[in-house]
Amino acid sequence: MADLESPQTPRAILSAPFEARSAEMPAWFREQQEAAWTKFEALPYPNRKDQAWRFSNVNALDFSSYNFGPALSQNERDEILDRSLGLNEVAGRLIFADNQLLRRDPLSQKLLAAGVILKPLERAIIEHEDLFRRHFMAQPATLGSAKFAALHEAFVTSGTFVYVPKGVEVELPIEIFHWLHGENASVFPHTLLIADELAKVTVIEHFRSAHPDRAGFACGVNDLVIGRGAKLNYVCTQDWNEKALAIQINSTSVERDASALSLNVHLGGAYTRFEGLSRLAGEGARSDMLAVCVAGDTQEFDARTLQDHMSPHTTSDLLYKNALNDRARTTFGGLIRVEPHAHFTDAYQKVRNLLLSDDAEANSMPGLEILADNVKCSHGATSGQISENELFYLLSRGIPAPVAKQLLVSGFLNEVVDRLDHPAISSLVHDLIEQKFAHQ
Amino acid sequence: MTKEPSALEIERNIGNFAYPETHTHDAGVGLTEKTIHYISDIKEDPDWVRQFRLKGYETFLSKPMPTHWASKDLEAIVFDNIRYYLSAGTQPKRSWEEVPEDVKRTFERLGIPEQERKFLAGVEAQFDSEAVYSNIKKAVGEQGVIFVGSTEGLKHHPEIFRKWFGKVIPIGDNKFSALNSAVFSGGSFIYVPPGVKVKHPLQAYFRINAENFGQFERTLIIADEGSEVTYMEGCTAPKFNTATLHSAVVELVALKGAKIQYITVQNWSANVFNLVTKRGLAHEDAEVKWIDCNIGSRLTMKYPGVVMKGRRARGEVLSIALASDGQHQDTGAKMVHAADETTSNIISKSISIGEGRATYRGLVQIPKHLKNCKNNTECDALLINSTSRTDTYPAITVRGTGNSVQHEASVSQVSAEQIFYMQQRGLTEAQAMSLSVNGFVNDLVRQFPMEYSVELKRLIELEMEGSVG
Repeated sequence: MADLESPQTPRAILSAPFEARSAEMPAWFREQQEAAWTKFEALPYPNRKDQAWRFSNVNALDFSSYNFGPALSQNERDEILDRSLGLNEVAGRLIFADNQLLRRDPLSQKLLAAGVILKPLERAIIEHEDLFRRHFMAQPATLGSAKFAALHEAFVTSGTFVYVPKGVEVELPIEIFHWLHGENASVFPHTLLIADELAKVTVIEHFRSAHPDRAGFACGVNDLVIGRGAKLNYVCTQDWNEKALAIQINSTSVERDASALSLNVHLGGAYTRFEGLSRLAGEGARSDMLAVCVAGDTQEFDARTLQDHMSPHTTSDLLYKNALNDRARTTFGGLIRVEPHAHFTDAYQKVRNLLLSDDAEANSMPGLEILADNVKCSHGATSGQISENELFYLLSRGIPAPVAKQLLVSGFLNEVVDRLDHPAISSLVHDLIEQKFAHQ
Repeated sequence: MTKEPSALEIERNIGNFAYPETHTHDAGVGLTEKTIHYISDIKEDPDWVRQFRLKGYETFLSKPMPTHWASKDLEAIVFDNIRYYLSAGTQPKRSWEEVPEDVKRTFERLGIPEQERKFLAGVEAQFDSEAVYSNIKKAVGEQGVIFVGSTEGLKHHPEIFRKWFGKVIPIGDNKFSALNSAVFSGGSFIYVPPGVKVKHPLQAYFRINAENFGQFERTLIIADEGSEVTYMEGCTAPKFNTATLHSAVVELVALKGAKIQYITVQNWSANVFNLVTKRGLAHEDAEVKWIDCNIGSRLTMKYPGVVMKGRRARGEVLSIALASDGQHQDTGAKMVHAADETTSNIISKSISIGEGRATYRGLVQIPKHLKNCKNNTECDALLINSTSRTDTYPAITVRGTGNSVQHEASVSQVSAEQIFYMQQRGLTEAQAMSLSVNGFVNDLVRQFPMEYSVELKRLIELEMEGSVG
């Protein structure tokens, strides 16, 4: 462990032999991590011929240069904390950089008294072992990244554990920051959230890079478990720098009469892969999966989703919008799967690509697999550009072309963001999108 | 759960009869290099064709089965149990009178000679590996239209044949196109001279009569500048207990301003693996239109494609698939835009009945720096029973500004209210269901030539046994 902390020689993540990274973890978890490492080594790297990786630039998946990053100095910590600007009002907040917890803004006494838990993951492993073991990575990564889920499991040491007890409503959002800091550093963020029966909670995560030009690697996994009648809003603003390589694997389980709404904002990264699984596990469950992506330069965004309808009378609605500039590439591969007996399902899936340059490329693979009856399903995919008429109208009102274009793109993306019924978060997301435009 | 009775019965048995085999040429069971030489010898292939076949064989062996994305049912094909060539001679007859009695009876039962008299400009009838009959109306032949079998085409018209053969679909396109390249026999070669518009359709009828047989016809259609032609193919086979393989390659070339319409009504029996590669090349202002109707077979994998190579070229695929118990219709379309202002349209309607599975698989590609290309894709699926299955797997790639693509798909059932309404008006449940399903495909069926749309409606005549939904 000593050389891990030494700033001169951060250890490469793939260096053999495997060692569990934290001695404080319980033995059973260290064993689990070792098993995951073996699995990571055994599984093959993805091949573009796999349907799950079709169109994806799998050559980007080279982890050999990344390390665990040195410990942060007090100055560095302070600087990152100063820059961790998110929402003004939150129920609680955790801030991590290079897998190290920098700050923790605890929940109010009232919420603590109600039994709400917000803890770093490594404490929850010990203090809430039962809940942790039941839900931690309980859903296998089936959308292509099983290998990288194993890598995450092998190395995860920090993250967030949220538990909202039965009937408790957490009004303000819980906010989490994960920063990439060191040169070639890697992070393995994990959020494990359990909303018990009839609970309500909103979580917002921010992925950021401390330095604009340091390469880094993020490999995150989220487990979101929504109990009967519970309600979750989940937002992630992914704004790694344009050197970063990132893989994020999210799995949401929605129980009877529960509902989950997720909004993923994809802005950063050189190559990012996002996998989102939504399991409609109980009757009457509902899942809304929203995403916006602003892609520029030579960025590549690869998103795969599965709306898995396992019970009757379930609803899912997916809306993905990509705005592509320069030589950017996006791939969307989505599947609606209606299992046998999941009758009376309503499932929708829409992907819209707005191409803003001649070198941008959008790939869409909206898929359906329907094994039940009495199903209402539809999907649509469109790729187009800014309407000449709309642009002309704005120009004729004296608005300069670049501003007019940006207005039209914002309008295109806002349809998604505005589906989130949370003005403070919407305005934060709008600001981030504006910033990204300003850089383009 | 007890198995739900299949709600709909389809007129599938029309082709279910067989006559004893009377083949004089039989390449035996299994595929080796010897099989290739046997076929080449019998057909008296020119040397370049023999080399082409051998290259096809080599490619076939080296390519893996596409089971990483396609149905695992493909593994049920045992290439060593298949008979690759069977015929009673390689020369097709020019009049029905000369066709051997039992073969003639086969085609008469299928109504082919009658149709020829009524509305066709030419007919070719293939029985196992070779065409037994091939004839073109005199007036059409006098316009310079060539309509012969592939063997005759490559021997008598090498100057046109060689120029395009294997160019639209290269040997190595996929494992089954390679197999076809190795053992192809039969199929049509059509050439339509510049400006000639063939008024009536040309038809080919493909019949498998022998058990364990593999039919590998090869069709090449070239429509020269400004010409127009419609080609229709029908297929049937008797029901054997063992699997039969049909693996055709069809290449269409529409030169400047030409129009080709290719219509398929596939009604293979439910033991046939129907794995077909079809692609058209559309030059400037040309149009290639595939009308593809899949009713029969155990597993069909077929994705007719159009490569739009010239400006303003147009590609279209209209597809109807009907999947019943034990059937998987894995169909779709490929549209490759390779020039400015090209447009393509895909409309696919599928009906899944009982435990049937219908799959739409599509590819639309608009590469860099093209302007004003448009694609429209619509896929609608109808599920009849709770055990029915439908899938949609499109893949769309668009680069640059100035193009537009839209894809839409929907899945629905026959509405109970509709059925109830019709029953109120005195229709039986079966009639109501039949009417409803016909209504679902009606706007597509109407695009077929008159005679075919009548035939198709009759094929989709449905009979109710169980309950709705």
